[in-house]
Amino acid sequence: MINFECVSITYPGATEPVLTEVNLQIPEGELVLVVGRTGSGKTTLLRAINGLVPHFTGGTLTGRILVDGRDTATNPPRELADLVGVVPQDPMSGFVADTVEEELAYGMECLGLAPDVMRRRVEETLDLLGLVDLRNRPLLSLSAGQRQRVAIGSVLASHPTVLVLDEPTSALDPGAAEDVLAALQRLVHDLNVTVVMAEHRLERVVQYADRIVIVPGDGEPIISGTPSEMMGNSPIAPPVVELGRLAGWQPLPLTVRDARRAAGPLRELLTGHAAPLRIIKGARDATPLIVTDKLTVRYGAVVALKNVSTTITRGEIVALMGRNGAGKSTLLSTMVGLRLASAGVVRTNGKDPREIKGPELVHSVGLVPQDPGDLLEASTVAGECRSSDHDANAELGTTRALLALLAPEVMDGTHPRDLSEGQRLLLALAIVLAARPPLLLLDEPTRGLDYPTKARLVKILRELAATGHGVVLATHDVELAAEVATRVIVLAEGEVVADGPTHEVVLASPMFAPQVAKILAPEDWLTVSEVRAAMIEQVG
Amino acid sequence: MTGSLFTLPRWLHPAAWWVWALGLAAAASRTTNPLLLSLIIAVAALVVFARKPDAPWGRSFIFFLRLGVAVIVIRVGVQLIFGAAFGTTVLLQLPGVALPSWLAGVRLGGDITFESVLLAFYDGLRLATILICVGAANSLASPSRLLKSVPAALYEFGVSVVVAMTFTPQLVADVDRVRTARRLRGRPTRGVRAIAGAAMPVFEGALEKSVTLAAAMDSRGYGRRGAISAAQRRLNSVLLLTGLVAACIGTYALIAAGSPAALGLPMLVVGVSVCITSITWSARTAVRTRYRPDPWALPENLVAGAGVLVALSFLAANWVAMPGLATPSNPPTWPALPLLPLLGLLIAATPALTAPTLPRTIVGELPRIGVPS
Repeated sequence: MINFECVSITYPGATEPVLTEVNLQIPEGELVLVVGRTGSGKTTLLRAINGLVPHFTGGTLTGRILVDGRDTATNPPRELADLVGVVPQDPMSGFVADTVEEELAYGMECLGLAPDVMRRRVEETLDLLGLVDLRNRPLLSLSAGQRQRVAIGSVLASHPTVLVLDEPTSALDPGAAEDVLAALQRLVHDLNVTVVMAEHRLERVVQYADRIVIVPGDGEPIISGTPSEMMGNSPIAPPVVELGRLAGWQPLPLTVRDARRAAGPLRELLTGHAAPLRIIKGARDATPLIVTDKLTVRYGAVVALKNVSTTITRGEIVALMGRNGAGKSTLLSTMVGLRLASAGVVRTNGKDPREIKGPELVHSVGLVPQDPGDLLEASTVAGECRSSDHDANAELGTTRALLALLAPEVMDGTHPRDLSEGQRLLLALAIVLAARPPLLLLDEPTRGLDYPTKARLVKILRELAATGHGVVLATHDVELAAEVATRVIVLAEGEVVADGPTHEVVLASPMFAPQVAKILAPEDWLTVSEVRAAMIEQVG
Repeated sequence: MTGSLFTLPRWLHPAAWWVWALGLAAAASRTTNPLLLSLIIAVAALVVFARKPDAPWGRSFIFFLRLGVAVIVIRVGVQLIFGAAFGTTVLLQLPGVALPSWLAGVRLGGDITFESVLLAFYDGLRLATILICVGAANSLASPSRLLKSVPAALYEFGVSVVVAMTFTPQLVADVDRVRTARRLRGRPTRGVRAIAGAAMPVFEGALEKSVTLAAAMDSRGYGRRGAISAAQRRLNSVLLLTGLVAACIGTYALIAAGSPAALGLPMLVVGVSVCITSITWSARTAVRTRYRPDPWALPENLVAGAGVLVALSFLAANWVAMPGLATPSNPPTWPALPLLPLLGLLIAATPALTAPTLPRTIVGELPRIGVPS
């Protein structure tokens, strides 16, 4: 269906090609997963399939890309629209109409389908993706998960034979991600659609893939193969695969179910071995950094937070979980005084964060927003660091020194926009930390982060907690929460439904349980590193 | 005001709302009677609150009301500062400066008379009423539905408007985002420096988003080659635009006070016929199809008809020089209520009943980001 023949792509102004001599055949009806570090050229590979690269981005393409026999060099994206559907990373950015139903019909209108065909297909698509109740809703009022499903539906309605998705689950909570992936799998099975998908969260998608393509970046050749082949020695792997490698299971399991069937001996080995206590030693004292009491926040008729009472103390890492729209971001922004409490109180150091102005605020609470790029506005990394020192009244060079610790590879002269997603996050983190706030809040820090950057972030957060900071992170990433959090708060409909030590909360619900916990249940293990430590102790 | 008399709940054709609102605006342009103008605003408000959708654009009416108040205030203010005073009822005596003759003898300050303030108020009220009528159309008719009814020959133009329309809300969202970011970095969120600091990232962000949108539209098939050549399509667009301009000039000449009526009608007829030719021509060759186009049926005729009738009633009253349409301000007289325009206004209020109610949507309030100062 899709043939890459010796394809190299160089962007204008770049000296090195992003992709070098790619040879790749994707047969019809396969679900292909594209993985690789951020900035390795995954998105370029995806966008080349419908000709957005180079028709829209500029640059030179050598070699040939054929989609169902059509050459992308001579067919611009609009001429391939009947064949290839592309769902961009941020679905909102691609919406054209203003209600769900019209958005679904837009592509078909452009292709000139007959009105009765359009009518039928819109109804079918609404059913297929469970959007019937949303049909008249303005797109602006949808949650992230609903937007993602509308975006998929809107390209699906014109019945493309190839569907290209860039990180379709990165903004979704675990439940919504499962819905979207289930819908994709149904397409592959029932309609023989070829799906090409890039995704960082392998633990969510690897079991659905027929084939994995690894884009290593830096001019290295692309490797592709079946999931079990590729996972055997891939440097990036989901926890289920890592556990399998650690325990030496053959064949390597890719799903929790397969792993559980192989895990009998491991469970026995670990029985009686106490799971480690997840407290960051030495730093924990009961000094409260922020206290909320019966906090309620409303937007018009919508109640975003309802009677939330909680205390964050020094040395804690609290993971804030819950589905899209549960009130996680609202809680964080109320803690920095961006929103007004309709009832109840927030106090940090005995003060309402809304009353704290300017520099004083950044010295008490720091928030890294969902899109860390929002914080950046200078044209170079060095300039950003200088203005951050100025904002924080810190000694010149403070931010730069922090950044050197967090991300040593970032160069002074780089434009923040050219940094990878992970580097941008670390830069924003350095800026926030420059003011030395005792309380650090992070909103969805792992969206679009690859495993190495995530591991680095985990290390940084642990060190911060060990030096007496309090950290709150809102996240959908159950593996991250299991890895780093000392406490988990689960929000639903703006209310706290669970608040307790990590292992108690995540083990109590299959939705929030990490893969290792599911495999080794009923034993109390959360991460591969815990199991590894226990095994070493056992053997030694 | 819950149910409609004629149809099941559905969206009214946006063009019908525009015809109705422009009819009201044309009526407003013919009078300075404050009673009639207030009644026109009341009619517009009545219909808007009976039939406006719960959508972002539906909330724009309040904005136009405020704009109207601002227009009146500015008009009266200008009169106070620059306007030559006339009449005898002096409200306030101020020192005046007569500027030299090479500045066209403009006078600053001076006595403020009741008559001149009243004249400025009537004038401002008329302009405000016209604006509010446009605001009514804005909040009743979905802009994107209106664009869907734009003829195929003008489609390219329509898309530019779509992009421009997403640009503005996007810009507002970005301003919020940047202000949030400034607070998070401990910077002032108000004042000149804050605005200057925010301008660049906001503009960059909005521009970037528009480019992403263009890429998304392209990959969904926008602008696919049709059966006609590019040259033919361009010719068609030129024809249609010329026709529209001619029609606009014709309409303006017909409704605007003080322009030759002889120019109006022929221009309108020529313009409309050129448009129709171009539209039928392009309809035969268009690739694009339309999903559930809004029908034009009885309710549309009733709503548009109400607009036409109210405009006609004012035009006719003006034609026969019916007393009461203009209220003299020197000497000040209590405004009268002429019968014919009153009847027209009664008809103009009927869309509150005859327009279909809207299909039910479950819409949550959109979250707003509020940054404290």
